[in-house]
Amino acid sequence: MKKIVALVLAALMLVTVFAACGETKTDEKVIKIGIFEPASGANGAGGKQETLGIKYAHAVCPTVEINGETYKVELVPVDNQSADDKAPTAAAELVGKKVSVVLGSYGSGVSIAASDTFKQAGIPAIGVTCTNPKVTEGNSHYFRICFLDPFQGTVLANYAYNELGYRTAYTLGETGNEYDQGLVHYFTEAFTALGGKVENASFVKDTSDFNTLITNAVNSGAEVIFAPTSIQYAQLIVEQAAAKNADVTLLASDTWDSNVILAAAKGKDVDIQVTTFYQEGGNAEFDAGFKAWIEGDSQNLTDNGGDSKIAAVSAMGYDAYFVALEAIKAANSTNPADIMAALWDVEYTGVTGAIKFDEINGDADRSTAYIKKANTDTALWDFVKEQGVN
Amino acid sequence: MKTKSKAIFKTIDIVLLLAVLGVAIAVDAFMPVGLPATVLKKGAVFAVVAVSMNLLNGFTGLFSLGQAGFMLLGAYTYAIFSIPLEARESVYYMQDHLAGFLHVAELPVIPAMIAAGLIAAVFAFLIGLPVLRLKSDYLAIATLGFAEIVGAFAKWDTLGPITNAPNPLVNYPKFSKVTTYFIVAGVCIAIIALLVRSTYGRAFKAIRDDEIAAEAMGINLAKHKMISFVTSSFFAGVGGAMLAMFQSKAQANSFTTALTYEILLIVVIGGIGSLSGSVIASFLYIACSEWWLRFLDTPDVIPGLTRNGFRLVVFSAVIMIIVLFFRRGLMGDKEFSTERLVKGSKQLVRNLQDKRKAKEAK
Amino acid sequence: MNITIDHLLAGISVGGQYALIAIGYTMVYGILRLINFAHGDVFMASGLIVVYLTTAMPLQYAIPLVLFLTVMLGFFIERAAYKPLRQAPRMSVMISAIGVSYLIQNLALYITGGLPQTYPAIPWISDSITIFGAVTKRVTIITPILTIILIVLLVALIRYTKIGMAMRAVSKDFETAQLMGIKINRVISTTFVIGSLLAAVGSLLYFTSYQSVVPTSGSMPGLKAFVAAVFGGIGSIPGAVIGAFIIGICENLIKSSTEFAIFSDAFTFALLIFVLCVRPTGLFGEKSIDKV
Repeated sequence: MKKIVALVLAALMLVTVFAACGETKTDEKVIKIGIFEPASGANGAGGKQETLGIKYAHAVCPTVEINGETYKVELVPVDNQSADDKAPTAAAELVGKKVSVVLGSYGSGVSIAASDTFKQAGIPAIGVTCTNPKVTEGNSHYFRICFLDPFQGTVLANYAYNELGYRTAYTLGETGNEYDQGLVHYFTEAFTALGGKVENASFVKDTSDFNTLITNAVNSGAEVIFAPTSIQYAQLIVEQAAAKNADVTLLASDTWDSNVILAAAKGKDVDIQVTTFYQEGGNAEFDAGFKAWIEGDSQNLTDNGGDSKIAAVSAMGYDAYFVALEAIKAANSTNPADIMAALWDVEYTGVTGAIKFDEINGDADRSTAYIKKANTDTALWDFVKEQGVN
Repeated sequence: MKTKSKAIFKTIDIVLLLAVLGVAIAVDAFMPVGLPATVLKKGAVFAVVAVSMNLLNGFTGLFSLGQAGFMLLGAYTYAIFSIPLEARESVYYMQDHLAGFLHVAELPVIPAMIAAGLIAAVFAFLIGLPVLRLKSDYLAIATLGFAEIVGAFAKWDTLGPITNAPNPLVNYPKFSKVTTYFIVAGVCIAIIALLVRSTYGRAFKAIRDDEIAAEAMGINLAKHKMISFVTSSFFAGVGGAMLAMFQSKAQANSFTTALTYEILLIVVIGGIGSLSGSVIASFLYIACSEWWLRFLDTPDVIPGLTRNGFRLVVFSAVIMIIVLFFRRGLMGDKEFSTERLVKGSKQLVRNLQDKRKAKEAK
Repeated sequence: MNITIDHLLAGISVGGQYALIAIGYTMVYGILRLINFAHGDVFMASGLIVVYLTTAMPLQYAIPLVLFLTVMLGFFIERAAYKPLRQAPRMSVMISAIGVSYLIQNLALYITGGLPQTYPAIPWISDSITIFGAVTKRVTIITPILTIILIVLLVALIRYTKIGMAMRAVSKDFETAQLMGIKINRVISTTFVIGSLLAAVGSLLYFTSYQSVVPTSGSMPGLKAFVAAVFGGIGSIPGAVIGAFIIGICENLIKSSTEFAIFSDAFTFALLIFVLCVRPTGLFGEKSIDKV
C-alpha cells in the first residue's frame, strides 16, 4: 500500500514537472503583461475584481502596434496570496515568464514586498489601486495611477466636516494594517485641524464581533464612523451596525466600493458613503461593454461577486492596461527598460479620468475622488459628488 | 579498507556541499533575478528556521509553536537597528517622533542580525521560565499564545515610535545574492549541528526519549530545556531577520500562526530529528508550493478543475499523505551522507534480488 | 472604559458560542489527549455548507442536513486522519490535526474562490430586538439559553447512558478500558460525532450573528474555545462552558476600552499562559499524576 502511494506520488511529481516545462511556442509576435494581483487571502476579492478590469481591457484591445508590427498581448496572471512572504516568488514568476510590464497589486503591502524583485529585473510596474505612499517613493520603476492615502483621508475628513456637517467622528481600523491605519491617521489629522473631535479605535485581525465597538462609537456620541477596512470586515460592520439600528453614518474608502457591501446593506436602515475612483455611469460605453462581458462568462460573474455591478477597481484595472499599452506604443519596443523610460511621459485619459505621472515618484496626479452612497432599496451606488481636498 | 571508504565518502560529502555553494554562485552569475534565485533565497531562510525548530521539536522533544513570534522579534530588531539613520525620518513618516535611541543606534548588517537573534533569545529566556515546565501539548499552545501576544504588541501604535506600527519597516540593507543567503544559512545550520553533536545534544536526545530517565541520570532538565529553547529562538530570530530581507519589509501581519504551521510541516516532511532532512525539505517545500506546482492555478491545465487555489489543495493533500503514511518523513531521524545513500541503495538492490530469488525458488 | 448592557450581552453571546466549540475540544482531549486543531475548521466548514445548501433548498431542510453533514465530516476526519495514528506518538497526531486544518482551509479557499461568503439570514432569530434599552439580534439571547440546554442534555448523556459510562471509562484510563471490553473506536467516533454536532449548532448561532464566512473564520474562535477548555480544566464539560463564558465576557469588556481593545486576543492567550503556569489543571480539571 505504502509503496503504491509512493509510486503514484512520484509519478505525479514527474508529470507535473514536465507539464510545467512544456511551453507552447508560436510564431506570433507576443508581448507579455504581468498581472500581479491577489486571488486569495485577505485581499482576494478586490484583487479579482481588479484583474477582471484588466482582462476586459485585454478583451477589448488584445493587440498593440510596435514598429509597425502587430503584437499579440498576452496576460500572465499570478496570485500573490495577499501575503508578503509569497509576493517575491510570485513576482519572480512574472520575471521568469519574461513579462514586459507588470500591473498591480491591490493592496500596498505586497507591492512593497515585490518591488525589489521587479527593480532588479528592470521591469516597470504600474500600481493600480495601491494607495500607500511607500510603494512609489524613492524608486523609478514603480508607477501608480490612483490617488494616495494622505489625499483620500483628507478628502474624506473634509467631506464629513464640510458637506455632511459632522463634528464628532469615531474611527475603526485593523491594527498593524498600514492601509486602515494610514487612512485613519490622515483622516484624524484633517478632521481635527478643521475643528472636529475624533476617537480612534482598532480591532485585531480576523475579528468578527464588532458589536462592542459599534456600541462604543454610539456611546461616544459620534455622528460618523470612519471605517476604511477591508471587505471582509466591512460586510460585518454594516450588518452589525444595521442590527443595532445605530444612528450613524458609515464613511469608508475605496475598499468598501464593492457589491458585497451593497448586498449587505440591501433593505437595511444604514447610511453608507464611500470615496472611490470611479462611479458607474461615468462612461456609458465602458459600463455597457464591461457588464455584457461579465455576464457572458460564469467564472467572471463569480469573480465579480455574483452580479455585474462595476467595482471602481475594475475600472482602474481597465485604465491601467491602456496606460501600459500607451507606454508600449510610445517606447515602440517590448524591452522593459524602454517601456519604463516611456512611462514617465505617458498621458492618457481613461474612464476614471486623466492620468499623467509626476516627475518625482511616478504617481498619477489625481485631484478629485468620487463620493457615492449606498442605496439600500435598489442595492446600487448613488453618485453624490466629486470631492477635492478643498 | 573500511576507513578508506569512509574517507572517500567524507570527501564526496564535502564535494557535494561545495557543489551546493557552486549552484548558488552559478545562479547569481547567470540568472540573478527570476524564480530559481528567489526560491533558493527563500529556501535558505526557511532552512534556518526549520532547523532551529527541529532542534526543539525533534532533538529535545519540546513541542513549541512559537516560531513565528521569535521570527517577528528578529525581523523587527534587525530592521530597527539596520535602517540607515538618514532614512529613518522617511520610514517613520507617520510617527510624531522617534524613540530617542533611534536617532543614534545604527548597526551594520551582521551585528544587526546577531542582535536580532539575541533579542529573540532574551524573550525566549523570559517566556521559557514559566512555560518550559509544561507538558508537550500545553507547551505547544502556550508558545502559540506567546507568538500571538508578541504580534499584538508589534501592532500596538503606542509603540509606533519604535516599531513604526502600523506601517512596515522598509529601506534596510538586504542581501542581494543567493550565495550570501546560503553562507549565512550554512553558518547557522552548522552551529546547530555542532550543538547537536556535543554533549548538550546527547542530553537533549536523552530528554526527548525519556524525561524521567534523563533526570535520573543526572541531566538538569530545566537547564537543558532552556538551552535548547533559547538557542532555537536565537536562530529563529536570525531566520526572521533573513525573512525580512527576503520580503523587503518587516511587518507584524506577515508573521502569522500559518507561518509556524508551514515550518512545522517542513520539519515533519524532512523528518523529525534530522537536520539535513529539514534543509532538504525546506527547499523542496518552497520549490513545490511556489514554483513547480504553480501551473495548477491556471485554468487551462484541466478545464473545470484547475483554477486558483487548486495548487494549495493538491499540496495540502500531499502533505496529509506524508503525515499519515510516511510519518518518518524524507530522512527519518538520520542525517544525509553519501555513505548512507550508497549503502541504502545497495541494500535496496539486495532486497530486490532476494525477492526475485525467492520468487524463482517458488 | 464605559461598560454597558450591550457589552455584557455581546460577551454572554460570544461565550455561548465558544462554549459549544469548546466542548468538542475538551471531550476529544479528555479521551485522546489530542488538541484537535481541525475542530475550528469543521466549525467554519459547517458555515460554508449552510451557505451553499441554502442556494439549493429552503432553510427548514438545510439546517437538519447541515447538522448531519458536519457530523459526517467530523466522523470522517477522525477515521481518516487520527485513527491510523492511534499507536503513534502524540506529536504525530497533533501534526496530523494541523495538516487537516490546513487542508480544510485550502479546500474552502478553492471552493469559495477566496471571496467572503454571506451567511443567509435565518428568519426570526436574526431579527433585531431591544432588551434593557440595548438593541441586538434575537440570536444573542437564544445562544446562551440553547447552550445551557444542550449542555444539560450532554451531561445527562454522559452520566446516565451506557455510552456515556464508556466515555468516562476511556478518558480515565484508555488501556484498561480497552481490556474491559469497551469498543474504543466506537467511543471515539461518538465523541467526534457529539463534538461536531455541537460545533454545527455553534456555527449556526455564530454565523447568524456574524454573517460572513471566510476560510480562516474558524481558526480564531477555535483557538479561543480551546483556551476556554484549558481554562476550565480540560476534560471537564462544565469547566469548558464556564471557561468559555468567562473568556467571552472578559474579551468584550476589554473591547469596551478604546486603548486596550487591540489586546482582546492577546489577553486570552496571556490568561492561558497564566492559568497553565499557576494551575495547569484549570478551574475544574482533575489532578493527574505522571507514573514512571
